[in-house]
Amino acid sequence: MTAITDKEVESVVIRFAGDSGDGMQLTGTQFTNATALHGNDLATFPDFPAEIRAPLGTLAGVSGFQIHFGSTQINTPGDQSDVLVAMNVAALKVNIKNLKKGGVIIANTDGFDAKNMRLANVPDDQNPLTDGSLSEFDLKTIDVTKITRAALADSGLTTKEIDRCKNMFVLGLVYWMYHRPMENTLNFIKSKFKKNEAVMTANIKVLQAGWNYGETTEMFANRYTVAAAKMEPGLYRGIMGNQAAAYGLIAASVKSGLPLFYGTYPITPASDILHDLSKYKNFDIKTYQAEDEIAGICSAIGAAFGGHLAVTGSSGPGIALKGEAIGLATMLELPLVIVNIQRAGPSTGMPTKTEQADLMQAMFGRNGECPVVVLAAQSPADCFTLAFEACKIALDHMIPVFFLSDGYIANGAEPWKFPKTADLPEIKVNYAKERAASDDKFLPYKRDEKLSRPWAIPGTKGLEHRIGGIEKQNETGNISYDAANHEFMTHLRQAKVDKVADFIPDQTIDNGEESGDLLILGWGGTYGALKTATAQLIAEGYKVSHAQVRYINPFPKNLGDMLKRFKTVVVPELNNGQLVKIIRDKYFVDAIPYNKIQGQPFMSHEVISKIKQILD
Amino acid sequence: MTAVAEKLSSKDFSSDQEVRWCPGCGDYSILKQVQTVLPDLGRPKEEFVFISGIGCSSRFPYYMDTFGMHSIHGRANAIATGLKATRPDLSVWVISGDGDSMSIGGNHFIHMLRRNPDINLLVFNNQIYGLTKGQYSPTSEQGKVTKSTPMGSVDYPFNPIALSLGADGTFVARTMDRDPKHQQAMIRRAYDHKGTSLVEIYQNCNVFNDGAFEIYTEKSSKKEQTLMMEHGQPLVFGENSDKGIKLDGFKPIIVDLNDASVNDLWIHDETDLVKATILSRFYDDPSHDGHFPRPFGVFYVNNNKATFDQLFNDQIAYAKESMGAGDLDKLIAGKETWVVN
Repeated sequence: MTAITDKEVESVVIRFAGDSGDGMQLTGTQFTNATALHGNDLATFPDFPAEIRAPLGTLAGVSGFQIHFGSTQINTPGDQSDVLVAMNVAALKVNIKNLKKGGVIIANTDGFDAKNMRLANVPDDQNPLTDGSLSEFDLKTIDVTKITRAALADSGLTTKEIDRCKNMFVLGLVYWMYHRPMENTLNFIKSKFKKNEAVMTANIKVLQAGWNYGETTEMFANRYTVAAAKMEPGLYRGIMGNQAAAYGLIAASVKSGLPLFYGTYPITPASDILHDLSKYKNFDIKTYQAEDEIAGICSAIGAAFGGHLAVTGSSGPGIALKGEAIGLATMLELPLVIVNIQRAGPSTGMPTKTEQADLMQAMFGRNGECPVVVLAAQSPADCFTLAFEACKIALDHMIPVFFLSDGYIANGAEPWKFPKTADLPEIKVNYAKERAASDDKFLPYKRDEKLSRPWAIPGTKGLEHRIGGIEKQNETGNISYDAANHEFMTHLRQAKVDKVADFIPDQTIDNGEESGDLLILGWGGTYGALKTATAQLIAEGYKVSHAQVRYINPFPKNLGDMLKRFKTVVVPELNNGQLVKIIRDKYFVDAIPYNKIQGQPFMSHEVISKIKQILD
Repeated sequence: MTAVAEKLSSKDFSSDQEVRWCPGCGDYSILKQVQTVLPDLGRPKEEFVFISGIGCSSRFPYYMDTFGMHSIHGRANAIATGLKATRPDLSVWVISGDGDSMSIGGNHFIHMLRRNPDINLLVFNNQIYGLTKGQYSPTSEQGKVTKSTPMGSVDYPFNPIALSLGADGTFVARTMDRDPKHQQAMIRRAYDHKGTSLVEIYQNCNVFNDGAFEIYTEKSSKKEQTLMMEHGQPLVFGENSDKGIKLDGFKPIIVDLNDASVNDLWIHDETDLVKATILSRFYDDPSHDGHFPRPFGVFYVNNNKATFDQLFNDQIAYAKESMGAGDLDKLIAGKETWVVN
């Protein structure tokens, strides 16, 4: 038996790919948890079709999960993978272009039979496993199906049930290759199948069979160790963006002392926030699955009128339907958080693919002059911080606030040094107080120094008042069609949004000097790719800096000055140029757009090439 | 509800805003009846909330000195459901019209009835679009000539009562603007019912659809053309109360009481959904021979269905009781953490 050598590596990218029914998302998530517990920094990228069971064996049906982990700082799920797990030929065909030269392919030979070849449109005379087309890679072929069936021959399960355990074999094997602890997956299986012992035992057996396969066969000459990352000391957990957003909303509810109402309608990729929130009713979290998108936001407006912390959530198509009601909330001047987990559009677009093309919609997508506050999270963990912040601004300023995220960070995961409740900022809520008949008349639109109006909730004696979507007189709130009043109120609603700039942090440079040749100005989920690209460019001697805007409306007050300290400003976005237009308009800076509209995140090497092309 | 509420009058419920409906509009009567009924409910006025959508009727909240919201077209029911779900302590009323509730807001209308929150929904049905100046509505009769249908509308109309029963409404009633006493009785019953109470109010738009319900509201024809339903009473109508409705199996028949006995008549039972469904179909064109009289009163009441707000909040209470109050630090930390030194 040849000795297996242990090699230490700094970082690794693994892509698990298979049919959408092959359990690749679950496999990836389990590997992620094990890796997080092992102490590596990491970033993940689930990439799956919209269909739950897309046509079997086809290219369209391929579901992938990529994880990048290492002993150094990891900002992205990685441009190219070191290891590709291909459960069938379609998965290989779709993903081979992003496998590094010399990378490992673990191919399930059963998925390369005649039928699979035909479904993946491979010509009759070709077979990538045997025709030499993969010669520049390290190809490992295993008949996972056959081994799994053999391992479970006596299990009493049906063939269909047995075949469902295939992914555990692959997971066990990759755990072995990278010295991952298996305890968390064993616990997961035990809890998931606690009511079906036969299936539980089968999954555990196959997981261990995968591990043993690596140990006993001579197929793998190397195993790899990836040391724990040097991260800021503290207590960590792994977190996905949508989960973080849900926790941020719950935290705002706890810190404000207000029950949370989440009115929504299911839509990819925002539904997981509803799923998460609905589990925590004991936190006074009230989730409402409305009859449609419009009812989702309108129910939230009703809840806000009643004094709850009100939130509605959706993705672009749903936000389009909510537009009129966002205008109503703006006129009512009630606190409301609008969550948009962006996906590729327009119309239905590509529901499971990421994009940042709803910025203009958030900024301007309503009738009339209708400014609202807009925040955009930059990473999975940042979704917690900004969802919380969106609630705080909405409540402090009695104003609708957009919280933008996207499919990429919503489903992506990273290690999170999570905060303690006690360290989160307080959110002070003061409902307007009861009035006696002898007191002055109640003025529902009388303003404080923030230009915010009183929150006078029904049930409070002496505060009976009417609000509505019709233009109103300041202070009294009475209907007014007066020409000068309409202009005054339009400016006032704008000033109210602008005023928020006094209460948000300054824009910071994430990496690089405060001035230089070029500023990479990003927003939202592109953060990781831009951060990696910037570090590389700086290492190569370029005078490049990177800033990621999280507060978009209003911008931090110092942003304009910051832009002027760079000879060139480049704005990379996953859209056809949206932030760049706002920046050019507002600051009169000749910012250069850099756009990708493929439903996929930026790769850092793409950003590096683009910046070099601009500078060289 | 406070035990000792100060005695309020209808004036206490009038706001300082000038009422701006067209002179002669049926809406005035409805405003007056609501302002008459509310003081008798023994409830402090800060607990009342009126929510409306868009349309002539939707100006209503501005004229009530209660909490109110004049929202956007068709959405009042959705807003009210969110308010009632979170504030079950309030008395929530929705003021809507035939266009607002049955056209642009049709989805929220049926879903609110299905969910059954304890909300009182008054639909002012004038069978026309008034605020947009005279287009046909989803309850306009087929062939209606309006500004948008110069050759007559080809649409078949909705039957609001049948629609409400079809959506499993738990309180379904009809009244008319010209009968203050009956209106007050229906408004009071709507308030008393725990669940969504739908009251369709025939309301005359004297500018764009004058006389649409004349045959039911005018003294000369009212008795002959309307059927005033009362629980436990036989279905009798006619100028001299000389006609009745009898059921032959599931088939209703009009009988002459000079020939038949009152004892053979159909006794109205508000709790019988099958019979309510038959009554809801007394909806034929009154100009046709042999048509049935138009029923007014309570078609159907179901007191056995828990309200949405009750069920919604019971779950919250149960979760707190069974899981204990939420611990944010525990939630954020999750099950798997690790320390970086």
